[in-house]
Amino acid sequence: MSALSRDDVAHLAGLARIDLSDAELDRMVGELGVILESVAKVQEVAADDIEPMSHPLPITNVTRPDEVRPSLGAEVALAMAPAQEQERFSVPRILAED
Amino acid sequence: MNTDITRASAASLADLLARGEVSSTEVVQAHLDRIGAVDGDVHAFLHVDGEGALAAAADVDRRRAAGEDLHVLAGVPIAVKDVMATKGMPTTCGSRILQGWVPPYDATLVTKLREAGLPILGKTNMDEFAMGSSTEHSAYGPTHNPWDLDRIPGGSGGGSSAAVAAYEAPLAIGTDTGGSIRQPGAVTGTVGVKPTYGGVSRYGLVALASSLDQAGPVTRTVLDAALLHSVIGGHDPMDSTSIDAPVPPVVEAARRADVKGLKVGVIKELGGEGYQAGVRARFDEAVALLEGAGAEVVEVSAPSFDYALAAYYLILPSEASSNLAKFDAMRYGLRVLPEGVSDPSAEQVMAATRDAGFGDEVKRRIILGTYALSSGYYDAYYGQAQKVRRLIANDFAKAFEQVDVLVSPTSPTTAFKLGDKLQDPMSMYLQDVATIPANLAGVPGMSLPSGLADEDGLPTGIQVLAPATKDERLYGVGAALEAMLLEKWGGPLLAKAPELGVKGA
Repeated sequence: MSALSRDDVAHLAGLARIDLSDAELDRMVGELGVILESVAKVQEVAADDIEPMSHPLPITNVTRPDEVRPSLGAEVALAMAPAQEQERFSVPRILAED
Repeated sequence: MNTDITRASAASLADLLARGEVSSTEVVQAHLDRIGAVDGDVHAFLHVDGEGALAAAADVDRRRAAGEDLHVLAGVPIAVKDVMATKGMPTTCGSRILQGWVPPYDATLVTKLREAGLPILGKTNMDEFAMGSSTEHSAYGPTHNPWDLDRIPGGSGGGSSAAVAAYEAPLAIGTDTGGSIRQPGAVTGTVGVKPTYGGVSRYGLVALASSLDQAGPVTRTVLDAALLHSVIGGHDPMDSTSIDAPVPPVVEAARRADVKGLKVGVIKELGGEGYQAGVRARFDEAVALLEGAGAEVVEVSAPSFDYALAAYYLILPSEASSNLAKFDAMRYGLRVLPEGVSDPSAEQVMAATRDAGFGDEVKRRIILGTYALSSGYYDAYYGQAQKVRRLIANDFAKAFEQVDVLVSPTSPTTAFKLGDKLQDPMSMYLQDVATIPANLAGVPGMSLPSGLADEDGLPTGIQVLAPATKDERLYGVGAALEAMLLEKWGGPLLAKAPELGVKGA
């Protein structure tokens, strides 16, 4: 496993939508390197024939009767929004200008 | 008013309330006064809801006077970790990104507390989004350990453990993803239980890692934990991973407090190198007490546990990176506009907000999780971690074929000094080395005080683990051990903690 470069971390931060400062990037490269080196220990385990486990319990799909039940009204749902307009969440532009 | 009211256990408060010797209003007021007197130093609470708690208390007092049939804990106040949604009360998860957020609904657990008539004193401090072992990652400043204010109260639920240890609340709610109930219990000399995964509803618990998170009781006695467990446990149609079965008979087990003939396994992999001498000594003595009480003690090996920490720090960040994607600055929470950009895009606003709103540890784990899940690395990291998780569950299954419960020290060390591990994330992660396996496998675990370490005079904890859905075994062992230790100490361990300075007395 090759160590993470500063560019790798910047790319990952972009994927995760976190606008890291240069100072944060510098610090994070070293810290993540140490952590990754340690967690890479899982690769020492011979587990080719082991079934991966994503959840502690056997999961079955759960459904409920398809009946209308009370839900939050627009006013309550929007009460904590950073911005709202015409009973809707108001968000910054989604598309690029050109 | 009798000042001892804040020292009483929840069970004895319940008795006093039932006999009409004290009112819930008096009990709540005494705890609010205590919070006012010591929380400036301890900082267990992020929000105190005096008005709401007194109103709930008055309601219980009125209903009791009218002869209504009330829950046994009705009128006994509680503190709730700030990761549980509380209608009309701020819920920040210790994060700036949720500063001032007031949920429009109650978590199911909170609904159950309200229905049982437990006045909610307020919301307790925590590491941001429950990521940490010291509360130092809270955006609102750390909580201080009542045993030594320069030390950590554990984490992530250090606010809940400190509130209970400092007599600011008789009961508290914690959540445990890798040890966040049990490790704070160990380092503050209190009791903490992580129920079986699915035993307590996660609806309204702001998710860190959905396959690991579990809410549970934080208390000063094993019986109190059982009483609280029976309030918050049980099936919830709002949580698709909730177990559809009655709450295990935890209160009965705590009252029986019997270990005669019980098979207890000491986990070989948890307790050797890296564990503080005083932690090991108190653990060995506790095991000897169990043996003296008629338990059969054997050593059990769980070889895959050596890989649990590594698997956990891949699985947790992976799930967290996905869960925390909802903090996008669009529907609730913080919205920050990037500097020097006119008419920024939603994506730019999202990135600026997440940079400003998340702390260092949260950013580290999101980026680590993003990496572990990314194409080309998935199999080597997340996929491999899931296989190790299976091996750990298999180790538990094999161990529980031989024994009824497993035991280990809860935390490898006593409370460390605030600031000691902040610059070294890996050494912070090691705090959870003994508690993580239970979360990976979904089995229940309890930490209870085992004594004070000789080298520093600080509390140590012993952990008891049981098979999934057999939570009552924790309480049987815990209560039996607690009774023997109390006799040895001549009273509760917390009575040995230094008195906190009281403000405004």
